[in-house]
Amino acid sequence: MPKLTVDGIAVEVPPNATILQAAEQAGVEIPRFCYHERLSIAGNCRMCLVDVEKSPKPVASCAMPAAEGMVVHTRSDRANKARAGVMEFLLINHPLDCPICDQGGECDLQDQAMAYGADRGRFHENKRAVKDKDLGPLVATTMTRCIHCTRCVRFATEVAGVPELGAVARGENMEITNYLGQMLSSELSGNVVDLCPVGALTNKPYAFGGRPWELRKTESIDVMDAVGTNIRVDAREQRVMRVLPRIHEDVNEEWLADKSRQACDGLSNQRLDRPYVRKNGKLTEATWQEAFAAVTAKVRGLPGAKVAAIAGDLCDAESMFALKELMTALGSTNIDCRQDGAALDARNRASYIFNTSIAGIEQADAILIIGSNPRTEAPILNARIRKRYLKGGLQVGVIGPQVDLTYKAKNLGNDAGIVSQIASGSHEFANVLKNAKKPMLIVGQGALARADGAQILAAAKQIADSCGLIKDGWNGFNVLHTAAARVGGLDLGFVPGNGGKDVRGILDGASKGEIEVVYLLGADEIDSAKLGKAFVIYQGHHGDRGAHRADVILPGAAYTEKDGLYVNTEGRVQAALRAVFPPGDAREDWTIIRALSESLGKALPFDNLAQLRARLRDAAPTFATVDKVQPAAWGAFGTAGQVNATPFEYPVKNYYMTDPISRASRTMARCTEAFVMGGAQKTGTDG
Amino acid sequence: MSARELAKDQPASFAFNAEYLERAKKVIAKYPAGRQASAVIPLLDFAQRQEGWVTRPAIEAIAKMLDMAAIRVLEVATFYTMFNLAPVGKTHIQVCTSLSCAVRGAGDVLKTCKDKLGIDAGDVTADKAFSLIEVECSGACVNAPVVQIGDDYYEDVDPASMAKLIDAFKRGETPKYGSMIGRDGSAPAGEPITLTEDPTKPIPKQDLAAAKAAFEKAKAEAAAKAAAPKA
Repeated sequence: MPKLTVDGIAVEVPPNATILQAAEQAGVEIPRFCYHERLSIAGNCRMCLVDVEKSPKPVASCAMPAAEGMVVHTRSDRANKARAGVMEFLLINHPLDCPICDQGGECDLQDQAMAYGADRGRFHENKRAVKDKDLGPLVATTMTRCIHCTRCVRFATEVAGVPELGAVARGENMEITNYLGQMLSSELSGNVVDLCPVGALTNKPYAFGGRPWELRKTESIDVMDAVGTNIRVDAREQRVMRVLPRIHEDVNEEWLADKSRQACDGLSNQRLDRPYVRKNGKLTEATWQEAFAAVTAKVRGLPGAKVAAIAGDLCDAESMFALKELMTALGSTNIDCRQDGAALDARNRASYIFNTSIAGIEQADAILIIGSNPRTEAPILNARIRKRYLKGGLQVGVIGPQVDLTYKAKNLGNDAGIVSQIASGSHEFANVLKNAKKPMLIVGQGALARADGAQILAAAKQIADSCGLIKDGWNGFNVLHTAAARVGGLDLGFVPGNGGKDVRGILDGASKGEIEVVYLLGADEIDSAKLGKAFVIYQGHHGDRGAHRADVILPGAAYTEKDGLYVNTEGRVQAALRAVFPPGDAREDWTIIRALSESLGKALPFDNLAQLRARLRDAAPTFATVDKVQPAAWGAFGTAGQVNATPFEYPVKNYYMTDPISRASRTMARCTEAFVMGGAQKTGTDG
Repeated sequence: MSARELAKDQPASFAFNAEYLERAKKVIAKYPAGRQASAVIPLLDFAQRQEGWVTRPAIEAIAKMLDMAAIRVLEVATFYTMFNLAPVGKTHIQVCTSLSCAVRGAGDVLKTCKDKLGIDAGDVTADKAFSLIEVECSGACVNAPVVQIGDDYYEDVDPASMAKLIDAFKRGETPKYGSMIGRDGSAPAGEPITLTEDPTKPIPKQDLAAAKAAFEKAKAEAAAKAAAPKA
């Protein structure tokens, strides 16, 4: 543990720490461009130069290991002069286009030029100009502004695992570029915008959309996948302008997946902003009173068994809980939050959460992935597996279609029968798991949402038990969800009660006429053709599949428009805050259900969110602790039986369009065109 | 000048021929497993020797051989100006115009090349026999001006000898490399002007007393001059 002094402050740092890290520990800030704590050290911007006593030259503090007895001065004349020199060189070729640059106001170069820049330049020759690169529909480039910190190159190579960016040529001609016009094919590409210390890489959909000081910032939780990424929603007036990641070491570190970042323009399109009632086969605009009257007329007096409710993938826990209470009041047990019909067992919490935790992946040394493509289902979680992979000594086996996960993974074949083989120990990968110190398995919705999902779940449990995945302080059994609402729904028991029907049963009953009323709470991923002649109430925020089939539409709030609790795939309860108000007559979802319950004569016993949450905590104690993962007790679950030896299919076919918000997003449509259809669909009539 | 880019017209494919494949395998075998990427510069050189220039299929083939991303190979190929990213002539003339060569008349040498070949620096003659480029320091400043043709250095070049060289290459000959004015390596031109004594003879004895007397005399004279009244 070397001891050194930084600006007179004595610090003791771990071995291998750099001077810059020592300075951070001492509370001394050192300017930097290329250094980033989550990327490898490049040491090429030279902005972090400091003065070290007995050193003949200023040293780059980001790359210099802190040594015993060092005396570092970060504010000495020599250090300041060195940085001013570096800044002058950087500004030689950097254009003075801050007024038209999207980075303005949140630009590292701008900020640091205030501290170290001269008030005039001494360079009278021509500034260089660099051709812009096409990195796809998400990242705009103005390469003349680039200062060659190579953060984007290191991010793409190390974190995203797509080595497509590089620095070609040398000296003044050096350029950051993609390989021969290839687009940046990563689900994490938006992060290079956050990493870029200047305005060379900016947010393309947000281009010229606003200045940082105009935006109202709200800390919230993302719902585009089940990771529960911590986000900051930047809004101006009543419009969400952009979404940025927040740091949460145990969940997303500081990354944000592209869909979560860029689908926010979908929040302004295709919105349901007033109630609708179907009259003579046509949806017509209505008032709340008319909509409630239509529902009441249909539901009142109907036996509970003829009423059913399905919760969608983006629902907050409060609205699901309110709907569950309402259905209970109506005497119905036909409720389900598993739209895809996944065989998740709500009775045992350990059977449906990511027990290892996302941060726990970093300790694993063998991973078996069953019917899941984490790269598209949870890019942030996939980045964590890659982070673990880069440390070395990780073995990954995948059962499912062959895909590029950005790390080396052995494809064991695409045959569900392999799960049973590993469970019985006859497959070689069983030995890999047995020999590993901390083995884990990930079961995806591609495996559970099959007819034999319960059997696969049982086989996965058998693997966990027989291959030593469950040890003291280690639970290697994990379910990777794709829906942000799923774990919350299971936690609060939004599953069929006694004699109740699940999603398959509800759709079956509806097409046979046994179920007359179906309440869809943001449920769009079901086969609405199977709803038959049932009276469909759709409560949600987008005019998507569910709304098209609805008889009554109750306009709800999207995730940025309500305070809500979401439980991520780990079982971590997180609170999202309202950034903007719902458009038009739309209301927060739990208030709609509360108002409807009154109209139905079954008034629910809560009048505000605090009362609702108190009741929710009583019913499901896991909601009492926000931002803590409650470890789940291991127990029996799944249904033992024959697993069909058929291939898996991954649940996410098009990463960029998985829910009503991303389907309404123009940016996501552009991404689909560029990355999923591969631009091959272009015809002579395009552009 | 902007970044060096790959030529627009690229061949469809690339594969090492038997000889270079053999050599490439030998180079790769020098490095430990997982560190094959170290062989990228020799392999690019082999590709250039085989094809005359570094093609895009070659970059991709080498990337595949060394299990590295194509952009990493492109970075190396564009960093070193010795890799030709576009086709060159059969005789590729590289005139050094860095400082030492410039003060010794590289400008005239370059002009001679341009005039004789009828092309500008960076161009290839219509018959693809010659190409001409300006390069930064070739590292033979002591024999400036230097012109590299193929793997050989032609040193102490002046317009006349440059014209002769081009004529020889036009005839299909390969003139002798080295100094054009007959210097032996980098030895001085003409007769030696220092260390001319016969090193086998003993060093002549110095007369220390006489030297001391001369020193004292000079000292006294200087003192007398300082003491004299100013004129």
